[in-house]
Amino acid sequence: MTKQRFENFVHGIFLLLGLITVACVLLITVYLVISGIPAIGKIGLIPFLFGTTWASTAAQPAYGILPFILTSIYGTAGAILVGVPVGFFTAVYLAKAAPARVKSLMEGAVSLLAGIPSVVYGLVGMMVLVPGIRVLFGVPDGASLLAAIIVLAIMILPSIVKVSLTALEAVPQEYEDASLALGATPVETWFRVSVPAAKSGIAAAVVLGVGRAIGETMAVMMVAGNAANMPSIFQSVRFLTTAVSSEMAYAPVGSLQREALFSIALVLYLFIMLCNAALNFFLKREKEG
Amino acid sequence: MKRILCTLLTVVLAASMLAGCAQTPAATEAPATQAPATEAPATQAPATEAPATEAPAASLTGSVATDGSTSMEKVIGTLGEAFMEANSGVNFTYNPTGSGSGITAAAEGRCDIGLSSRALKDEEIAKGLTGTTVALDGIAIIVNPANTVSDLSLENIAKIYTGEITNWVQVGGQDAEIVLIGREAGSGTRDGFESITGTKDKCAYRQELTSTGDVITTVAGNPNAIGYASLASIKDTVKALTVDGVTPSEATVLDGSYAVQRPFVLVTKGELSETAQAFFDFALSAEAKELISAAGAVPLA
Repeated sequence: MTKQRFENFVHGIFLLLGLITVACVLLITVYLVISGIPAIGKIGLIPFLFGTTWASTAAQPAYGILPFILTSIYGTAGAILVGVPVGFFTAVYLAKAAPARVKSLMEGAVSLLAGIPSVVYGLVGMMVLVPGIRVLFGVPDGASLLAAIIVLAIMILPSIVKVSLTALEAVPQEYEDASLALGATPVETWFRVSVPAAKSGIAAAVVLGVGRAIGETMAVMMVAGNAANMPSIFQSVRFLTTAVSSEMAYAPVGSLQREALFSIALVLYLFIMLCNAALNFFLKREKEG
Repeated sequence: MKRILCTLLTVVLAASMLAGCAQTPAATEAPATQAPATEAPATQAPATEAPATEAPAASLTGSVATDGSTSMEKVIGTLGEAFMEANSGVNFTYNPTGSGSGITAAAEGRCDIGLSSRALKDEEIAKGLTGTTVALDGIAIIVNPANTVSDLSLENIAKIYTGEITNWVQVGGQDAEIVLIGREAGSGTRDGFESITGTKDKCAYRQELTSTGDVITTVAGNPNAIGYASLASIKDTVKALTVDGVTPSEATVLDGSYAVQRPFVLVTKGELSETAQAFFDFALSAEAKELISAAGAVPLA
């Protein structure tokens, strides 16, 4: 009887701890929606989402966040374009071709890359990448969308490599054996058999990378220049994340500026929810088939 | 054996964490303060204000919470450190959030003294806030040391920042596009700079950075950049321009000849606690003047 009671007690504790997580998510969602909606109402959904001018502290304030939305989308897309091929081929190499020692060394390096704090990426980007872009491309200033894309591409590498690697390693050995037995070369086998079999996992890796890139703040704040321009590759740009963080500290409580920042956060939150939904979709498909 | 070692290490780690906690308040006030002996005589201008308050009695306890301007970090850190040294029972904290936040915090009673690097606006005074200027700060206009330009007029600075002048050749420099570095909206330094130069809301920034250090680093790394930063935090990695022929320095800020300057203000609301009042008096005392100039700002004459 006491044993049973103890079991129930432990179950209760676990449930409680689980509920804490759920409560946090709910709290944040509710808080963001409540504090993000009013400004959208005051500014108007269309002028807010599609306005091209952001001048929150001007005498005639303008709260258009299209530059931020487009910058976040372009920046993330660029990071995926650069980061996914590198990460994907690294994963294929590690899973199928690399000798054991090289593999453990490279996996360690990838893990280390994942552990570097984003402010360090930002600092290195600021000291090396930004001046580098300026000199290399002969532009007046290197702080640009390009710098942000490169930093983001490096930052998403670890998640792409690790998740793709796990998916590739989970492909049953029999598939590959069969392919090899039929006379396919190893390279043909990897790309015709292993990769298609692991495709949902690889898709999940890409989505995870998107999520990481779109939510990154500190590093891009240090290399992107943060001027609220419409995005262009060598132009100084501001992301959704940096738009919130750079002004939040100064925005007076109760002002429309502050409320608008919450609205930006809400938009960002919706983007990330979308990524998560996509991630869940791919993971579920992988489980089923 | 291994287990004993493990336990020992854990204990040491825990102890060091506790020790770290105990030291944090003191450790945050890092700036060196032992320079007063070498100070310029500028601090000895005739004392026209009320007689300096005596150093607060050593029996004070409690805490003084300050919150606000990041530009005031050095000044307030130095003052806080000296104040705690004289009153070992007092816990002094400084929360670097920015002038706007500091004023709000003072208005909402979340701190004892708000710190603002701009004069209070009328609507803020209407909320019952009182601003007391504790020091003046020059805003230096900085360029890369490789830049051949060494003087700009206030008018040209405004033209550069509004995008009317876009090439260094137009102000006597090399043929290169001017890269405008500034601070984020809401920053006290940006507000100070834009209101002094009359470029409010009109600056065509290439980069908006979120700290003085970032501005200096960026200008130091780009030969065509121009930026602005608190005079107190200028390093050798950048060159401070003379404005209308006046070199930015303590003396020129104080006599008003250097145009790009702003006040450092202590923001209070109503009655202060005894401890906070003691710090407030200390900050305005003759004794504090040396500390303020050692921290790079200009104390009031």
